[in-house]
Amino acid sequence: MVQFYHPPRFDTSFAAISDATRRGVLEQLGRADASITELAKRFDMTLTGMKKHVSVLEQAGFVTTQKIGRVRTCSLGGRGLDEEAAWIERYRQMWAARFAELDKIVEQLKQKEESDGRKADK
Amino acid sequence: MDARQTSEQATAPVTTTDRRSDREVVVTRTFNAPARIVFEAWTTPELIMKWWTPASFGITFISCEADVRTGGNYRFVMGHPSFDQPMAFFGKYIEVVPNKRIVWTNEEGDGSVTTVTFEEKDGKTHLVLSDVYPDKAALDEAMASGGIGGFPEQFNQLDTLLKSSN
Repeated sequence: MVQFYHPPRFDTSFAAISDATRRGVLEQLGRADASITELAKRFDMTLTGMKKHVSVLEQAGFVTTQKIGRVRTCSLGGRGLDEEAAWIERYRQMWAARFAELDKIVEQLKQKEESDGRKADK
Repeated sequence: MDARQTSEQATAPVTTTDRRSDREVVVTRTFNAPARIVFEAWTTPELIMKWWTPASFGITFISCEADVRTGGNYRFVMGHPSFDQPMAFFGKYIEVVPNKRIVWTNEEGDGSVTTVTFEEKDGKTHLVLSDVYPDKAALDEAMASGGIGGFPEQFNQLDTLLKSSN
């Protein structure tokens, strides 16, 4: 019952992986780093087209790129530990929100118990 | 016995989360009520429905069945406006000790086991909730899918299920 809290980056992330080419790029980078030129060739695209895809993946935090000389190399990740910290924080927010509601229920039950107790005393 | 109490409970209650190990995440919180009351709110379906899905989640209960005793089952069915199929969360209570401890499985997804304990002290209840995943990979995957939204994954599973049963 952990899976359904609101990820704030849902829209960006989901948009990033909703495209078949971009999913392919992620799979490819999962095997090995690659330059944009190599990716463009592999997916039979123009350099400009591939640059766009990589930029979407980069913004969503799935991919990092590094330019060495004239070659821009893409790698998976960039989220790393930050991603784990973000997940833990969302998880905390989910439970904090639930517990705020639970406080209300608990307070009602307490009051009911107290008033029932008073009635029983009479 | 350490009888001295700090006055920190006067401020807003704090919810902490912590990755305890490769496969465990722990949540803690203190409630201003005896354990029997907090336990009641965790084990009565009509009450669970009031707090388990706060309005900010955008999710509402469609039904809530919870047979909270050792060996009993639960099934929470929920809806969200952006999805046309409801989603179900279900599993089994492996251990229930009234006012002290509830352990359940999460069978709809990652196979994690959740343990919640209620520890009463001076009329307050300290709650510790622990989610233990089968292995590191399962927790890593939950984290990864949490980053891109658990919804689509749930729905993919449901779609597969519906297709295979047709």
